[in-house]
Amino acid sequence: MIPLIDLILLSLIVLLAIAAITVRDLLSAIMLLSAYSFLMAMVWVQMHSVDVAFTEAAVGAGASTAFLIAALSRTVRWEKK
Amino acid sequence: MNTENSDRGEGKERDVIVDTISRLMVPFIQLFALYVIIHGAGGPGGGFQGGVIFGSSFVLLVIAFGIVNAGDRFPEAINTAFFSFGVYIYTGVGLLCIILSLGVAQYLNYGFLPLPVHFEERRALGMDLVEIGIGITVMAVITEIFFNLAWKREESEEERRGKKEQE
Repeated sequence: MIPLIDLILLSLIVLLAIAAITVRDLLSAIMLLSAYSFLMAMVWVQMHSVDVAFTEAAVGAGASTAFLIAALSRTVRWEKK
Repeated sequence: MNTENSDRGEGKERDVIVDTISRLMVPFIQLFALYVIIHGAGGPGGGFQGGVIFGSSFVLLVIAFGIVNAGDRFPEAINTAFFSFGVYIYTGVGLLCIILSLGVAQYLNYGFLPLPVHFEERRALGMDLVEIGIGITVMAVITEIFFNLAWKREESEEERRGKKEQE
């Protein structure tokens, strides 16, 4: 059961990472990175390192998303071709 | 969110639900941050994580009050003072251990702090003091980074000057 959850989480992480670098809408890229961080936190919990998971959820999914959106609000939303 | 209309918190219609929920959530998030800081020694969490959560609550304040209104409450000088203050707490506690034991103890050896409790309890309290210092620093740095990224103070000051001149 646990290897199955691991497999699902890790494949989702890879998908999200690829999606984040290919998508042209930068706001979507930020949201995909946020989801990536959150799933990564779940992987850390599954590896029994709750402390690292806590940091990942607070910094990766919380603070850095806010920073990236703040930076995006001073530039354009769509990536140029 | 285009560049012209990406609001600086002014002139845009505010959503009542988002407004109210974020205003209500802020104190609870801050309480949770303090819990994480204090219980960092015994469980998951610590000064860094608690500080980040505390800083995130100020980001939520921006959603509730708009960036100009919220940003006026966090002047850059006070943020700078806060992040130096946290570092001073950290180094101060560490140096106190060396000074008060006359050089016997190492840096941050909390057992030699002059507290009227047992040796083990002194360690726990010293650890909490250091965590509080880290938390204050991280909170101020996160807040300052966010405001520096999202808002240029000079622009809104120029806008204000322009408005006054128009009046």
